[in-house]
Amino acid sequence: MADAKRPNQLLRNLNAKVAAIPMVATALVVFVGCTIWTIVHSFTKSKLLPKTDFVGLDQYERLWKTNKWLISIENLAIYGICSLVLSICIGFFLATLLDQKIRFENTIRTIILYPFALSFVVTGLTWQWILNPDFGVQKIVRSLGWESFAFDPLYNQDIVIYGILIAAIWQGSGLIMVIMLAGLRGIDQEIWKAARVDGIPKWKTYIFIVIPMMRPVFVTALVLITAGIVKVYDLVVAQTNGGPGIASEVPAKYVIESMFKNQNLGQAFAASTMMLVTVLIILVPYAYLEYGGKRRAK
Amino acid sequence: MTSTSSVSIKHLDLSFGAVEVLKDLNLEIANGEFLVLLGASGCGKSTLLNCIAGLLDVTGGQIHIKGENVTWAEPSERGIGMVFQSYALYPQMSVEGNLSFGLKNAKLPKDEIKKRVQRAAEVLQMEDLLKRKPAALSGGQRQRVAIGRALVRDVDVFLFDEPLSNLDAKLRADLRVEIKRLHQQLHNTMIYVTHDQVEAMTLADRIAIMKDGLIQQLASPSEIYNKPANKYVADFIGSPSMNFFLGAVNTDGAPTFETAGQTIPLTGYEFVSSPAAGNAWMGIRPEHIVVGEAAEASDFKIDTSVEIVEPMGSDTVVWCEVMGERIRIRIDGQSSVEPGDTLRIGFDAARLSLFEKTTESRI
Repeated sequence: MADAKRPNQLLRNLNAKVAAIPMVATALVVFVGCTIWTIVHSFTKSKLLPKTDFVGLDQYERLWKTNKWLISIENLAIYGICSLVLSICIGFFLATLLDQKIRFENTIRTIILYPFALSFVVTGLTWQWILNPDFGVQKIVRSLGWESFAFDPLYNQDIVIYGILIAAIWQGSGLIMVIMLAGLRGIDQEIWKAARVDGIPKWKTYIFIVIPMMRPVFVTALVLITAGIVKVYDLVVAQTNGGPGIASEVPAKYVIESMFKNQNLGQAFAASTMMLVTVLIILVPYAYLEYGGKRRAK
Repeated sequence: MTSTSSVSIKHLDLSFGAVEVLKDLNLEIANGEFLVLLGASGCGKSTLLNCIAGLLDVTGGQIHIKGENVTWAEPSERGIGMVFQSYALYPQMSVEGNLSFGLKNAKLPKDEIKKRVQRAAEVLQMEDLLKRKPAALSGGQRQRVAIGRALVRDVDVFLFDEPLSNLDAKLRADLRVEIKRLHQQLHNTMIYVTHDQVEAMTLADRIAIMKDGLIQQLASPSEIYNKPANKYVADFIGSPSMNFFLGAVNTDGAPTFETAGQTIPLTGYEFVSSPAAGNAWMGIRPEHIVVGEAAEASDFKIDTSVEIVEPMGSDTVVWCEVMGERIRIRIDGQSSVEPGDTLRIGFDAARLSLFEKTTESRI
């Protein structure tokens, strides 16, 4: 009797492997290939068209001497930290409110999630009107009789980025709420019962038991929010177009403008490489903690 | 009665909207008693337990624990500890953390917490597990931690909500004995919800069989087994379940039961009240039907042919048709019976259960 031969591992699940080839190719060419191409060209003095005249770190030196870029980075930091903290807090808070077995939950959930269906451009324009002193919130409050009331964040260099932040949170916290709500619903009801029998107050149950149990949900929310922060562009363009002056510039806008307005590819590539480096600086230690830590625990 | 009763439930009603789950339920549970609430799913047994725990607000009636009216008290103020089916451990905390979290929250002194945790760990033999997280424990160990969490609360009444249902058969048997040992050691009042009749029979001092939010029978396991109060209880308890014949009780002269042309003498059957004629169900448990020589000595005997044989090792279940009904007979596992064999079976009147046909209650 001949022994059955072990089938060739390469040919197992052949259909699935063939079907995956286009996506694998896309990922390799678009993500890896284009990233490398961008990084390489950031060391050249490409202007309108990509060239390979290498100039070392010249583009980066120029970048970090440009005031507009420095303001962009500062804005991104403020916007990023605030929107991360506020989205998660507001989203979680709304989710816990919705989780109290209230009536009309579906309706309220839809209303809160609704802004997420709008594009950033529409959101930006809407909030530009709402925050406009001549026909927005300021006008309404003044017409109610409070004549000295002033609320014009989009026209004040010092706080313009917070005006953009309001719109971003209004748009994005609904999604975070839905994700958090799904996480809360995934908590076994008996955990709540056990905590009640133990006499643990509700807020303590949330902080010490439920939130630690929802760690994967928080990670999901974190990834989604972070991706949104780094690429913020259209919201700024629609709301302020970087103004007043250059007070609300963001890195993504800097990249696009260098590329298409100033025809300075080298500068744009240097800026986008810096954005990539920033993301990696945040991501690598996190990934190490999350995945490296798990392997050690097992 | 009230002075010795640990938990007393008076005229309890609970409805969710138009659905009445519990209806005018009364229950007195004595100090140190092990009461099992038994019933099929949806009978209201878990709901009743949640009401006792205070996790559900009642619609009407009162609940007293240790003589105190706790109908509207918070669960943590009722002097109860509860064990859940899914264990409901706090997954991010160590076993020690799980045991002590509630106590820390109640601001108990540190050495008192330590003493209680130590004692619970000793009682449940899990001292070496204290530093582990629930994820690193087996199902049986997790449930022991959950029991420990109820234990450290130092309460009079323990509530168990199907605590063994998530375990495999062998662990379930082991932990069942452990719970029984715990009860003998602590003498606490325990109320235990289950749908498993073996758990109910082995653990309980008294069993309350529930159906549709009503207690069908509240009695000791042996009484429930030997003298079920109605046909539902008779059918629910016992595995394989009781055989039933529809017929009529005849009281002309000595009482008899007539079905499918056969007359079964009822001399020796303990009627609840004086025997009355009328249509009725006759029930006989598979293990109370005897074969061979014992059948000859029985009050009633009949020949039948074997249809199906289910050997189970310790005993064998034989299916055959008798008086127009397909019945189960439980015989010794070593007897050799083949399908097609003619079998002489018999049973005694004292072993029967008779139920009125329409009300299905015991007569």
